[in-house]
Amino acid sequence: MENKINTYKKITVKDLNLYYGKFRALISIELEVQENKITALIGPSGCGKSTLLRCLNRMNDLIHGVKITGNVFLDGTDIYNAALEVAALRKRVGMVFQRPNPFPLTIYENVTYGLKVAGMHNKKKMDAIVENSLKRAWLWEQVKDKLDHPALGLSLDQQQRLCIARLLAVQPEVILMDEPCSSLDPIATMKIEDLMMELKKDYTIVIVTHNMQQASRVSDYTGYMLLGEMIEFDVTKNIFTRPSKKLTEDYISGKYG
Amino acid sequence: MKLISEKGVQRILMLTAFSAISALLLIALFILSEGLPFIFKYGLKDFLFSSEWQPNLGKFGIFAMIVASLWVTFGAMIVGAPLGVACAFFLSEYVPRYIMRIIKPTIELLAAIPSVVYGFIGVMVLAPIIRDNFGGPGLSLLSASIILGIMILPTIISISIDSILAVPQSYREGSLALGATIWQTITMVTIKASKSGIIASIILGLGRAIGETMAVIMVAGNSVNIPHSALDSVRTLTANIALEMSYATGLHRQALFATGVVLFVVIIILNSIASVAIRKRMVKK
Ligand SMILES: Nc1ncnc2c1ncn2[C@@H]1O[C@H](COP(=O)(O)OP(=O)(O)OP(=O)(O)O)[C@@H](O)[C@H]1O
Ligand SMILES: [Mg+2]
Repeated sequence: MENKINTYKKITVKDLNLYYGKFRALISIELEVQENKITALIGPSGCGKSTLLRCLNRMNDLIHGVKITGNVFLDGTDIYNAALEVAALRKRVGMVFQRPNPFPLTIYENVTYGLKVAGMHNKKKMDAIVENSLKRAWLWEQVKDKLDHPALGLSLDQQQRLCIARLLAVQPEVILMDEPCSSLDPIATMKIEDLMMELKKDYTIVIVTHNMQQASRVSDYTGYMLLGEMIEFDVTKNIFTRPSKKLTEDYISGKYG
Repeated sequence: MKLISEKGVQRILMLTAFSAISALLLIALFILSEGLPFIFKYGLKDFLFSSEWQPNLGKFGIFAMIVASLWVTFGAMIVGAPLGVACAFFLSEYVPRYIMRIIKPTIELLAAIPSVVYGFIGVMVLAPIIRDNFGGPGLSLLSASIILGIMILPTIISISIDSILAVPQSYREGSLALGATIWQTITMVTIKASKSGIIASIILGLGRAIGETMAVIMVAGNSVNIPHSALDSVRTLTANIALEMSYATGLHRQALFATGVVLFVVIIILNSIASVAIRKRMVKK
């Protein structure tokens, strides 16, 4: 992998507001996501972390009554520009969900799903990509002999890694993760975290987490959100050792609420 | 304030359950006891595989009507199943939920329209259109198929929507997040996850189509012959029973009961095929 310039801004969020009907869930959010880094979003439940994350690949478009103002730039292009195709955007900005959600298909079909969506039919090519993606998600050894088994038969953390593998197969540029470990036990969580560290060499990762240890362990940048606002955004070390805002400090030290 | 004990309630409920089941059994027994002797007397082969139905001459062959029933049902499925399933997917995947919540009960209301009204519309509107554009008497296999196809739409749409909505939203999100369109999501995930419910809806529609009588009598033309084209007039098993029961006596009456037995058997066979199909797919999953 070539050495990327440390400060390339992959995603820039400018003055982003989101309304669920009348309720303003995001308030003038500013955010910069650096390429090949892990950016963590932390904050109490209901503060808008998932909402913000879902703005980055326009998943909120699916919800009725959502109104969005402001801009999200991906490589300098506004993704809320009417000319941009949402499906193409989502191929570049993939998402891993809170609960592992493999499709009720076989393991193989899960990994090739995104490829088929993109119109690929070449079986040989797909075989190679399946192997490669599963290897990168550290799942290959466990499933290589049962690729035609239903994915729902896997353990939860295998399912989550399968979801990561099926994402890697379509070669996204950015991976969004919404509390990817919240349904996993500590050992499985460690595995996913190690995987993230490995993946950031090639991908830009944004992760939402409830778990502050996790944010401090894996992320390079951290944003602290409260009631729809981005209270503080900085290098992770700064946030956890010398936050500049009182609110952040309260939350980090567990005084919140 | 305990008027009836728990045990008492249990007994009463059991009694009602048993009375429902025994009523069903009694009906089955009655039809069999009236119909089976005739079949033995007349001969199963002559009864099933002869197309000559002339009660005044003592000829009771129902082959033409079996064929007609199967064709009408098949035609109704061709019309109703694709339309109903497509409509269900459209309403549950493309239309905003709150609109779907208004439209779905409206469609379900269509099931409450008496079948004689469907028949009336068939006679007044559909049959003339078919007669004028395609020829034939108008009252035909085609008219019956179309009317029945429309009649089973509410069943198919409503039950299909229920099973599509039961597909976890996370599948859709996962699919869309991989860059799939709504259509791709339907064909690649949703349809597979809701398959058994959709098949069940089609089977229920099939049951309704094969058993429907009033609308079919009004639009099918009712002449006893093996149809050679969709424009021919046909008489189904159900129509035959309903048309002649009121004046039939003796052997003729028994022959109509025997027709009921055949209908009974056909429905049981169709249902078992269908439920086997469902079970097979579930196992595969
Ligand atoms: N579909 C929706 N319709 C209306 N309000 C919503 C919707 N989704 C979320 N909200 C509201 O928006 C706010 C932010 O929700 P969001 O899910 O982004 O929070 P979160 O920080 O991810 O919380 P958690 O840590 O519990 O996942 C909450 O107050 C929530 O109630
Ligand atoms: Mg959330």
